[in-house]
Amino acid sequence: MLVWLAHILHFSFFHSGPVRTALLVGGCAAVVCAVIGVFTILRGHAFAGHALGDVSSAGGSASFFLGISPLAGFLGIAAIAAMSLEFLGVRRVRDQDVATGIVLGAGLGLSALFLYFDITTTSTTGAAVTVMFGSMFALSPSLIWPSIIVAILGLGTVSVLYRPLLLSVADPELAATRGISNRWVGMLHLLALAGAVALAALSVGSVLASALLIGPAAAALRVSRRPCVAISWAIILGLVAVWGGIWLAYESYYWFSGNAWPVSFFVVVIIFAMYLLGAPCQQLLRRRVRVAEPLPEGTER
Amino acid sequence: MFASFMINTWIAATIIAVTAGILGFFVVLRRSAFAAHALPIGAFPGAAAAQLLGIQPLWGLLAFVAVGVALLQQLQRLGRRDVAAGLVLVTLMASGALLLSMTKAYGPGVFALLFGEVLGVSSADLLPVTIISAVVMVGVICLYRPLLLQSAFPALAVARGIRAGTTDLLFLILLGLVTAMALPVVGTLLVFSLLVVPAATAQTLSSHPTRAFVLSVVLAVGLMWSAIAFSFWTDWPIGFFVGAVGATLFSSARIFRFVRSRWRSTTAVAPSGPLNPAVFTRPT
Repeated sequence: MLVWLAHILHFSFFHSGPVRTALLVGGCAAVVCAVIGVFTILRGHAFAGHALGDVSSAGGSASFFLGISPLAGFLGIAAIAAMSLEFLGVRRVRDQDVATGIVLGAGLGLSALFLYFDITTTSTTGAAVTVMFGSMFALSPSLIWPSIIVAILGLGTVSVLYRPLLLSVADPELAATRGISNRWVGMLHLLALAGAVALAALSVGSVLASALLIGPAAAALRVSRRPCVAISWAIILGLVAVWGGIWLAYESYYWFSGNAWPVSFFVVVIIFAMYLLGAPCQQLLRRRVRVAEPLPEGTER
Repeated sequence: MFASFMINTWIAATIIAVTAGILGFFVVLRRSAFAAHALPIGAFPGAAAAQLLGIQPLWGLLAFVAVGVALLQQLQRLGRRDVAAGLVLVTLMASGALLLSMTKAYGPGVFALLFGEVLGVSSADLLPVTIISAVVMVGVICLYRPLLLQSAFPALAVARGIRAGTTDLLFLILLGLVTAMALPVVGTLLVFSLLVVPAATAQTLSSHPTRAFVLSVVLAVGLMWSAIAFSFWTDWPIGFFVGAVGATLFSSARIFRFVRSRWRSTTAVAPSGPLNPAVFTRPT
């Protein structure tokens, strides 16, 4: 990463290749994660989303010794994990926690094995750090188009499913009477989630992938309860976090005399700050809503 | 496999497995698997910080676990429990990424902390493991009934005057202690798997609390021992075997339960659910 930064120094921020790649791939990840994250939180699948990110590290580490694209690795394992989650019963609230835990344990075990193969068969000692914490400035430019395609597929799935998904989140029984198959909707949502998480794992690292998924969406849901508005807010917040993080990491090279801080650190810190600031914003907005139109008797809050 | 350099490993691993099995029973019952995942991962940067400051890793881990517990408790009040756990996890882990980039402790060190380095336990490591396990076990024994009641039937617990907030905090502190103790020995991943997998398997097989509790401890020890043995023979990382054996155990238990319920469905209806409510409905 430092070598790359040394190269960047000769150009301005937007003209350097690695920064442009980081901005594009990170931007894709931020947008898809924001949109899918809103549904994920509404369904109470934050743990499952996080687990998919962690488990996808097995794919990332396998890509090192198999010599395939890291995005394909992340995506493949995340999709397999999503299917196992569905099979073990992530939809039933009672089994959700345990099912996610089992898949997470097995997946992390697999990634331990693959990282061990990375260390023994190839001489990539930094594989663990790259896969777990990401290194955005070291992304290969050949990943830009695949990332955009995955992003479009993910967004397409969610926009086609928009109404059935919302209904199945809000009231599964009503959705079933309307002829919506909760099983299929849930499975497609999990697959789209796998795509989003794979993109996030590629940019900020698999352990931190859920920051992009949960953070902006949770902050947005505190500002507004209307899905459309919340999704728009989440996209804005996600993009600000990722692009702001990239910029800060780029600048940090000058602050600490050539010792740049990791991009992922800045991204997560911005997201955490956003979530905390969501509380005062929420109270302000709530007060205004209450003055304008008092909620009917018996509704929550 | 039982050579002198392995003795410490067996002792430490057994103590950790027993403690994890005991506490894991409540982790699964309370559905706090995410917290049980977030605390070990959140504590992980503590080791890097300790290395940077040149102090014992255990102190760094304890400090980060304390921060993690405090953040979890605060954020849980703000919103959803799972969102709180996720955000605490990524924030602590991001600071870990920063600390790692400063210490240059790349590669093997990170790998050992994440996935465990069971074969290098020294005699000096045994003392903190033993002390903290003893503290946690005494804590669980003292809290057994209120914790069980509050985990299984929150409304009933409130009626009996058990405060949800206090129980929650005490439980998180116990979880944090186990994490800090076990992390340097068995790694982040193993702590989580040992906390969740045996207990989940046990509760799939039995809905009676005491039976499930004992079974959870037995399975935890069995899982740990088999993982060490496999790891010793193949030279592959122990984390892989804990994950693989654990997933196999849980899947077999689910299949067993399915077959048994099919078998019995003609004669009687088996009580389904994590715990049989009948245990608590006796008059006191």
